[in-house]
Amino acid sequence: MQTIYILWLRQLKRYLRSKSRIIGALGQPLLFLLALGYGFGPIFQKAGQGNYINYLAPGIIGMSIIFTSIFSGMEIIWDRQFGFLKETLVAPVSRFNIMLGRTLGGATVATLQGIIVLGISFIAGFRPHGWHLIIPAILVMFLISLLFTALGTMIASLLDDMQGFQLIINFLVMPLFFLSGALFPLQGLPAAMLTVAKLDPLSYGIDALKALLLGISHFALATDLAVLAVITFIFLSLGSYFFSKIQL
Amino acid sequence: MNIIEVRGLSKRFNGFTAVDNISFEVKQGEIFAFLGPNGAGKSTTIKMLTTLLHPTSGHMLLNGHNPVTDSAQVRRSFGIVFQDFSLDDELTAYENMEFHGVLYKMPPKVRRERIEQLLKLVDLWDRRNNLVKKFSGGMKRRLEIARGLLHHPKIFFLDEPTLGLDPQTRTHIWDYIKHLNQTEGITIFFTTHYMEEAEKVAQRIAIIDHGKIVAIGTPVELKALTNTHSVEEAFLSLTGKTIRDEEANNVDAMRIRRRMWHR
Repeated sequence: MQTIYILWLRQLKRYLRSKSRIIGALGQPLLFLLALGYGFGPIFQKAGQGNYINYLAPGIIGMSIIFTSIFSGMEIIWDRQFGFLKETLVAPVSRFNIMLGRTLGGATVATLQGIIVLGISFIAGFRPHGWHLIIPAILVMFLISLLFTALGTMIASLLDDMQGFQLIINFLVMPLFFLSGALFPLQGLPAAMLTVAKLDPLSYGIDALKALLLGISHFALATDLAVLAVITFIFLSLGSYFFSKIQL
Repeated sequence: MNIIEVRGLSKRFNGFTAVDNISFEVKQGEIFAFLGPNGAGKSTTIKMLTTLLHPTSGHMLLNGHNPVTDSAQVRRSFGIVFQDFSLDDELTAYENMEFHGVLYKMPPKVRRERIEQLLKLVDLWDRRNNLVKKFSGGMKRRLEIARGLLHHPKIFFLDEPTLGLDPQTRTHIWDYIKHLNQTEGITIFFTTHYMEEAEKVAQRIAIIDHGKIVAIGTPVELKALTNTHSVEEAFLSLTGKTIRDEEANNVDAMRIRRRMWHR
């Protein structure tokens, strides 16, 4: 228990101490929110879909979460050869606890990043459908964070070096984000694209956020939560399995 | 009593034999040097002894425990300083020590006292609240030595602990290590490319080349065996003068990139 706590605390301390990382990771969501939000706003309005900033905000929160989570998970690649990981792997601690502590830490960091983006979207004009649903929305953000940090850990356990990182960003993270319904409604999509969106875990995360923050939902909140929970469990299990197989 | 026993230990990676049927033992309280050219199998052997890598065949006992089947007991028995720095740069010296103490489940009171004692020993107590990224290479090494000793290990592994350090720092580091060997009776197992360090510090030396141990004995015995006047000459006479070009692996590539990032 103490092991998990100290590993979690370490991730959090590292995050809070690297101001440049916090600010840097905000640049992209901010740009999306402002450029797309104000850029497509009038068209969205004309199409009878209402306020685009409102529609977009949960998607952009999801975006900052998926990027931060996968990156936190993949930080293990750095640590694996140099930093702390070697030190932790020779300690009399189970691999599962190491993996869990790190993943919980990474997920907490990603949730914090999501909360900051939520705050920024308020400034940009986002208004949730009910203020009392902010806390449940943050819990959903944590669940999404956990899912993708576990995925990042799993990928990191399988890769040898950072060479593959760009590949993961372009062929995994970007598609997961763009096909998730973060930017556009899933209603009325071509069948093929809807099928892809249905296979994308982030779709359910963003749908759950929209259900709570906007009161609109494609899959229904209960389905979203069930899918997220099951996939998180699968990724955590696979992540800890692959992590336990790391030999240096 | 032998604190380390190795019998017929081998490690093969995809047809390449990194360690080839080696056997040796280290006595409790001994300072033992493990020398060899690049790619000879030193680091692979240390990784197997410290539970990071499973051997292809052979037996090992550390402090009476088998690293493969009883890794938790073995991990409690040793401390290690890796070739690459393994501190967290974003944490302070004290936080790095504390992290280690928690991982090794030391009671808080004992942990705090021992951290203070060791940080004073390596002259870093005044810098305990500074972030490690502000430290020089020598300071980082001293901190890693203090950290590796925190949980009272019986065996202390040091993989090229003085690489890239100036002669003053190197002398200091060996003084700490010898001091600990004498006062706490810790067995020291180290590798180095500085032969004069091995000659000065080690009580016994094993020389490994192409995965095999080619000679083992006290510095005097090695010199007598090869009819030379220094361990360096003995080493060259045993391993030849050909330069070993170790193929750069991913780790080396990352090491280079990391240096570029951090400077």
